[in-house]
Amino acid sequence: MSDKSILRVQNLKTYFDVHNERGEKAHLKAVDDVSFTIREGEILGVVGESGCGKSTLGRTVLRLEEKRGGTVMYRETDLFGLDHRELRAARKKLQMIFQDPSSSLNPRKKVSSLISQPLKIHRTGTPEEIQDRVDALMEEVGLNPLYRRRFPHQFSGGQRQRIGIARALALNPEFIVCDEAVSALDVSVQAQILNLLLDLQDRHRLTYMFISHDLSVVEFISSRILVMYLGKIVEIADKKDLMKNPLHPYTKALFAAYPDADPKNRKEDRMLVMGDVPSPINPPRGCHFHPRCPFAKPVCTEVYPGNTNAEPGHTVACHLYST
Amino acid sequence: MKKHDQTTTANLLEIQDLSVHFNTQRGVVKAVRDLSLTIKKEETLALVGESGCGKSVTAHSINGLIPVPPGIIEKGKIIFEGENLLQKTEKEMQHIRGVRISMIFQEPMTSLNPVFTIGRQIADVFLTHHDIPREEAFSRAVNLLDMVKIPSPETRAKSYPHQLSGGMRQRAMIAMALASPEPGLMIADEPTTALDVTIQAQILRLMVSLKKRVGMSLLLITHDMGVVAETADRVIVMYAGRKVEEADVYSLFDKPAHPYTLGLLNSLPSNRKYAGASRLEAIPGTVPDLLTINDGCPFANRCPRAGDICRSVFPGETPLTEHHSVWCHNHVR
Amino acid sequence: MNDTLIVKDPTPFQEILHELSKNKAAVAGLIIIALFLLIGILAPLIAPKDPFAQEISLRKLPPFSPGYILGSDDLGRDMLSRLMYGARISMIIGVISVGIAMGSGLLIGVTAGYIGGWYDRIVMRLIDIMLAFPYILLTIVIVAVLGPSLFNAMVAIGVSQIPRYARLVRASVLAEKEADYVTAERSLGASPLSLMFLSILPNCLAPVSVQATLGVGEAILSSAALSFLGLGAQPPTPEWGLMIASSREFITNAWWIVTFPGLATLLAVLGFNLFGDGLRDVLDPKLRE
Repeated sequence: MSDKSILRVQNLKTYFDVHNERGEKAHLKAVDDVSFTIREGEILGVVGESGCGKSTLGRTVLRLEEKRGGTVMYRETDLFGLDHRELRAARKKLQMIFQDPSSSLNPRKKVSSLISQPLKIHRTGTPEEIQDRVDALMEEVGLNPLYRRRFPHQFSGGQRQRIGIARALALNPEFIVCDEAVSALDVSVQAQILNLLLDLQDRHRLTYMFISHDLSVVEFISSRILVMYLGKIVEIADKKDLMKNPLHPYTKALFAAYPDADPKNRKEDRMLVMGDVPSPINPPRGCHFHPRCPFAKPVCTEVYPGNTNAEPGHTVACHLYST
Repeated sequence: MKKHDQTTTANLLEIQDLSVHFNTQRGVVKAVRDLSLTIKKEETLALVGESGCGKSVTAHSINGLIPVPPGIIEKGKIIFEGENLLQKTEKEMQHIRGVRISMIFQEPMTSLNPVFTIGRQIADVFLTHHDIPREEAFSRAVNLLDMVKIPSPETRAKSYPHQLSGGMRQRAMIAMALASPEPGLMIADEPTTALDVTIQAQILRLMVSLKKRVGMSLLLITHDMGVVAETADRVIVMYAGRKVEEADVYSLFDKPAHPYTLGLLNSLPSNRKYAGASRLEAIPGTVPDLLTINDGCPFANRCPRAGDICRSVFPGETPLTEHHSVWCHNHVR
Repeated sequence: MNDTLIVKDPTPFQEILHELSKNKAAVAGLIIIALFLLIGILAPLIAPKDPFAQEISLRKLPPFSPGYILGSDDLGRDMLSRLMYGARISMIIGVISVGIAMGSGLLIGVTAGYIGGWYDRIVMRLIDIMLAFPYILLTIVIVAVLGPSLFNAMVAIGVSQIPRYARLVRASVLAEKEADYVTAERSLGASPLSLMFLSILPNCLAPVSVQATLGVGEAILSSAALSFLGLGAQPPTPEWGLMIASSREFITNAWWIVTFPGLATLLAVLGFNLFGDGLRDVLDPKLRE
């Protein structure tokens, strides 16, 4: 892993126009003023609960959603400054793996045409070369190339996810957003796919942004972890620092709520946050977490906290740590 | 309130040799095969396994919710408080379902009526069992909503299901299950799978505390080993329609005996052994097709310990301790 | 390691065929349609007589007369031969009208659904305006503008059927375009045109195929109505509606001249409706279990 950044996100905002409970026009601030960088060769885990904006963030850094503000720099290029032709060329290096392999694969297309689609769009070779590449890709992700003429529904969930991975690999990308890539899979298959993703990362020197609601998966695969709550990054740190020393009360609550797969560690007296995640359409004033936070101070209800560097590479947005 | 003889009181529910098949276009799917289990009073039994292992079909069989056709209960008995539920008529089942046995689903929206307020839906349960005025039923419903820790229950009782969050809907479902005069068994089918983890923790804690308070039993259907470890007293591991291991929760996590159980625990990224490891010990291959499955051990094709006998004969029970049994020719020692 | 796919699953198409074959009404409909198609195609070979040849001495022969199984009409033409050629015309009407309607409807629906915004608003309001006219009135107006002829009747029927396809397709496109596979292909760099017509459209065709089947039946009926009103086929074309119109005064003394074209129309429309309903049952996942 090097310190060179592959993706630099600054003050990124993605808003959606929606109607609130009273039917008035409102903004859903799915991603609200978010800054971070992804270093070459690392796996940046993004964790948070539903509605925290993690998927929207993943889509916006690939310019699959339009931003409302901020910049996304991929190496030296501003992704949102590209015209259609340039963007299409840039897409070769930036790929995505989706959560539900049954919905991210066009049900009317055969495996071979699914995997060859990126090759055909970017005109990478003769039909024979493309065919060979498809076979090689299928073998690389652990699929028998004899199945190339089958439809997605004829495969199991894990095999479908392998098809999606082969498609994402086809153009030799260097950065892949994995959006809940193993969340729809059974545990035993999930482990296979996680191993496959790690093997591919080693072999092709890939950088992943790994989005998941499942803390254990993110903890296992990531080198750094970013925690989101209601459109904001609340904490970002190296995995070891974060697991050992979570600072933000929300991060702590998230860790505490995660069931431990060992009955001897039943946390019957653990601290649980109460209440529901508020609606992202109208998040609480001040720190979005303050209504559920056991440590909330008066200032938390008024002002959104700035970022504090608690230790090198460990940033938290919380008034408890601001000096 | 039926009287039942003393021998069955320890076991609230007993399933004997249950086999459930589904006739499909492509052939017969053997969803559950020769399954036996018991649930004691006031205990939490977890049925755990991956998709297609038959855990939900088992739950639906108890409640008489298997669609016939295409489903067929091939054989077996489901004895609840001394009576075989499989011999009951649909009408008799209606007096058991929702009264003595309640069910909570993964997506509560599908089991709540969208056009009535939740207060009214819970009040209706009271009204079917008690001759009380509607106002009283409603205020009892509000009490129940308070009991399941829904904030400001008076206002929430007047909300429609879609106005509640997923966690609140699941709480409302639990309240409805508690509205029956004598809840005996609550079947929770992946009750927290659709919920966020902070909400999941709240709901699991609520279910366990209410179970103790009301004195009912809980059958928890889940794929999540973490949820099992957190809530269950005893665990049955299912694979491709078969029970492969049964144990108290501590023995199961401490000394898994079936290669599948071991593989499942090893597949968990949160497993302690992975501190610093770079790869998981995954189980190779995929679950067998239930259409073409033979009489051997269904796990044989993925099992590192499988021998020839595993492919042709399903093993009998091997008791390891009083509370721990495994169905394996070559179990992990 | 992943070679556990032992059972060869049927393709979606085979599955639909299998489901259809279990639906008796759909099979009956399909047989009727096939019969009419066959008669239409083979009309020149199997028709016993020239449908236009008049035999003044053998006018209004009742059915089962020697050489005239279904009798002859008021000008002594063979009813059976005319009905056979009529089948050919009706099938052509069905195919062309539905072709016009479906082609334009798909184009409008896909673009409106995918592009959205002001384009969608304008196009769909125009479609709403078309829907505000009673269907038959709209066809009559169009024929009146274009002038009465069989081809113009087909165009008119086709144009007045556009709205239903456009709305149907737009609704499916709106649902499909949010699917992950569209985002996935977009992230690969697929162009909007290829997304619209190669990715999304094939996934929206199930309800359209039902509509098209029912639409053929309706087009045959509408064309018969237009011809009956003198706005469609012109004499001596053996079009069923026209045959009914030009012989309605004989209903009391030569019932077969009016009745047989009516029966043929009824049967053809019934065939398409049965098949269309069956197709809907098979394709609608809510009705399928």
